[in-house]
Amino acid sequence: MAQVLVVTSGKGGVGKTTTTAALGAALAKTGKSVVVVDFDVGLRNLDLVMGAERRVVFDLVNVIQGDAKLAQALIRDKRLENLSLLPASQTRDKDALTAEGVAKVMAELKEKFDWVVCDSPAGIERGAQLAMSHADQAVIVTNPEVSSVRDSDRIIGMLDSTTEKAKAGEKMPKHLLLTRYDPARAARGEMLSVDDVLEILSIPLIGIIPESQEVLTASNVGAPVTLAAPDSPPARAYIEAARRLTGEKIDVTVPTEKKGLFDWLFKRGAA
Amino acid sequence: MTERRAADGCVIRSDRKNARTVSAPTANSSSAMADPGTLPRLRAGGRSFLALVLTPEVPLAIWLEALDLQVSRSAGFFAGKPIILDLSLVPPETPELGAFLPALTERGLYVIGIEGADRDEPVFADWIWPEGLAGGRASPEADIPDDSVELPPLPPGALIIEEPVRSGQQIVWAEGDVIVLGSVASGAEVSAGGSIHVYGTLRGRAIAGIVGRPGARIFARVMEAELLAIDGFYAIAEEMPAALIGKPAQAVLVDETLTLRPVT
Repeated sequence: MAQVLVVTSGKGGVGKTTTTAALGAALAKTGKSVVVVDFDVGLRNLDLVMGAERRVVFDLVNVIQGDAKLAQALIRDKRLENLSLLPASQTRDKDALTAEGVAKVMAELKEKFDWVVCDSPAGIERGAQLAMSHADQAVIVTNPEVSSVRDSDRIIGMLDSTTEKAKAGEKMPKHLLLTRYDPARAARGEMLSVDDVLEILSIPLIGIIPESQEVLTASNVGAPVTLAAPDSPPARAYIEAARRLTGEKIDVTVPTEKKGLFDWLFKRGAA
Repeated sequence: MTERRAADGCVIRSDRKNARTVSAPTANSSSAMADPGTLPRLRAGGRSFLALVLTPEVPLAIWLEALDLQVSRSAGFFAGKPIILDLSLVPPETPELGAFLPALTERGLYVIGIEGADRDEPVFADWIWPEGLAGGRASPEADIPDDSVELPPLPPGALIIEEPVRSGQQIVWAEGDVIVLGSVASGAEVSAGGSIHVYGTLRGRAIAGIVGRPGARIFARVMEAELLAIDGFYAIAEEMPAALIGKPAQAVLVDETLTLRPVT
C-alpha cells in the first residue's frame, strides 16, 4: 500500500525542498521505490536540489493537462534507481493545477511507487492545499522561531480540515521536523527550544536537523544531503527521521559533529 | 487595563441591552408548478446571527472619532458583523445626521437595521434605509407552514474542544461556555456566549460574554493572550500586568474594566 507523504510548512525558506529530497533519498536507500513530486508550480526547485534540472522535459502540469504521459515526465535518479522525480513547471502558475488532475496523477503514482513524497509550495493557498489534499501523513517542517511556528500551526489546522482524509473523517498523522536547529543558541535562549516548539504545536517530533553547512553544500552540488554527505549530522538526522516514518521506534536526539579535541580547540580559536 | 472610553466620555458599547439575535430562514426552493403530490419538500432551517446594536450619541463627529479609535485598536472587530443602528439618542434635527450612515458605511460597518428613528424624516431622504430586520426578532418560519419543519432547540451548555485551537481557526459558541483542553494558538480566536476555560496555554484571542453577559470570565492555565474581551470591553496583551503573563490567570469585568487576576 503506497504512502503519500506531504512535506509542508506554511512559511517559505524553512527547508521543505531540502527535506523532501533528503527524506526521499533516505527512504529510497531502505530499498523502497520512491517518487518525489514538486508541487511548487512556477517556483520549482526540487529538480535543482535533486541535480536533475538538465533532464527535465515534461512536468506535472503537462501530465495533468494530458500533454504527456506520467512515465515521460518521471526522471529517474542517477544515483538511486528506485528514486524518481516528478518536476513542477516553471513557466506556469498554480492555477494550472486542477483538483481532478492532481487526483488522477496521485492515483497513478500510488500504483507505481511505495512512497510518494510531495514537496508543498509555501503559503496556504491553492498550491499548498492541492499538495496536501491526497496525503496519508504529513511532515511539518519548522524552524525554531516564532513566525515559522505560528505558520506551522496554521498548516496543521488545514491538514485537519481541508484534506481528503479529513473530509473522510479520518485523522492524518502529522510529524514535526525541526530544521536549522542550533543547540548552543537554543541553550542561550536565542531561539526557541525543542520543548517550546513541541509545547506550542503539540504534534509528535520526527527529527531535529541541526543547522549545518553540509545542507547548503549538498544543495549546491545538486544532491540530497542524505546522498551527498550521508555521515554528516544533518544527513544522519534525516536518515533516522525516514526510519521513524517507516514505523521504527528510535529516540530523537540532536546529532552532533563527531569532533576530536583538536577540532574543538581549532573551532574555539577561530570563533 | 482600560475600558474603551474616549476622552469626551462617549462609550461604544455592545452590552446586554444592545445585543440581540436575529433569526432568518434558509430555504432551498423547488421547481415550477407541478402535481403537489410529487413536489419535493422544502428544506428550511433556522440560523441565528448576532447583531451588534450601536447607539450613537451627539455630537456625532465626536462619536465617530471614538468609533475610529475603537476600530484602530481592534482591527476587524466590526468587520462583517451585522449592525443595528439605534438612533433613539440622536434627535432628527442633529447637524451632520444626513451624512451619518454613509460615514458608517465608509468605515466598513454593515448596517442591517435602523431603529429609534422615523424614516420619513426629511433628514433621512438620502439614506439607503436597510429593509426588514429593524425591530428585533423575526419569526419567518411561520411563513412556511409545514409541521415537520421545526427549529431544533439550541443545544445548551458548554462546547468542549479536545484538540488545540490552531492559528487561523475561529471558534464561536454563543450558547454557553467554551472549554479548550489544549492550547489556543497565537492567531486563533475563541468567542463564547458564556465563559472561556483554557487548560493549555491561551496565546490567541478570547472573547467571552458575546451575547451580553458581563459576568462571564476567561480562565487560562497559562495566560499569554493577545487579546481578552468580556461583554465588549477588552484589553490587549500590552495592557495586561506582566506579573500574570505565563501564569494561571482569569479575566473578570469589574465596573466595565477588564481586570486580570491570578487564579487562586
